[in-house]
Amino acid sequence: MMIYLTALATGAMFGAGLVVSGMTDPANIQGFLDVAGAWRPHLALVMMAAIAVALPFFQWVLPRLSKPVYGASFLAPLSTAIDQRLLLGAAIFGIGWGVSGLCPGPAIAGIAYLEPQIFGFLAAMLIGMRLADRLPSPSAKA
Amino acid sequence: MIATSIFGGLLIGLASVCLMLFQGRIAGISSIVYRAIFQLKFESWALTFVIGLVLGPLLVAALNGPAAPVFDLAWWQVALGGLLVGFGSRLGSGCTSGHGVCGISRGSARSVVATLTFMVTGVITVFIMGMVL
Repeated sequence: MMIYLTALATGAMFGAGLVVSGMTDPANIQGFLDVAGAWRPHLALVMMAAIAVALPFFQWVLPRLSKPVYGASFLAPLSTAIDQRLLLGAAIFGIGWGVSGLCPGPAIAGIAYLEPQIFGFLAAMLIGMRLADRLPSPSAKA
Repeated sequence: MIATSIFGGLLIGLASVCLMLFQGRIAGISSIVYRAIFQLKFESWALTFVIGLVLGPLLVAALNGPAAPVFDLAWWQVALGGLLVGFGSRLGSGCTSGHGVCGISRGSARSVVATLTFMVTGVITVFIMGMVL
């Protein structure tokens, strides 16, 4: 039960952070990426503040813990390879991010506003995820 | 706007810490959403987290008064953006939260490269849209 309650509270904290920081507003994302135009630096501040909290925990606290409070074990991504999949995926993600000013977190948080465009974005996003699943998986993963 | 950006960022960072501390998982929203919709049997808490992600903005609106973000995108931007964000985050194993916040905080070279890559293609995309549109 507690694993669900803490997940709910953590999600709410994350969603509140996205709204408070203005990251649910596509104009703030596109404004950050518009370095040649009217640049909006807020996204950099948000990321730096988030990293300022998370980095000390991941670097110095996490290595001293043996297991999570409610989960079975800590799970970090296993892959360390900087491969074609990573580069191509990130490059394509960035194009979509620039085109729409949205990424998965703000899009989910945006459901709260019952905005038709958010539902359209989420539907397209899930289709995109499923299309990526159709690509042959890398031999390293098999 | 500077103070709210920093405060919001601190909340996002704290939430990323909590998800690792309690669930033992990286707060990568693209993966959590994928699991919540397509693989809920593996991580049953993922859907609860996604519901929280929607409740958070409602809480802020209740405390602070409603201030909905402005969406004035064209529908082609919504459709193409969503498709590419979904495809790219799945192929590249992460998005702004998983690579940009958690990955960098973990000191993952993969995530640093991914974050720089999507920032560069995002900047190029917005630059081209500014010239063409």
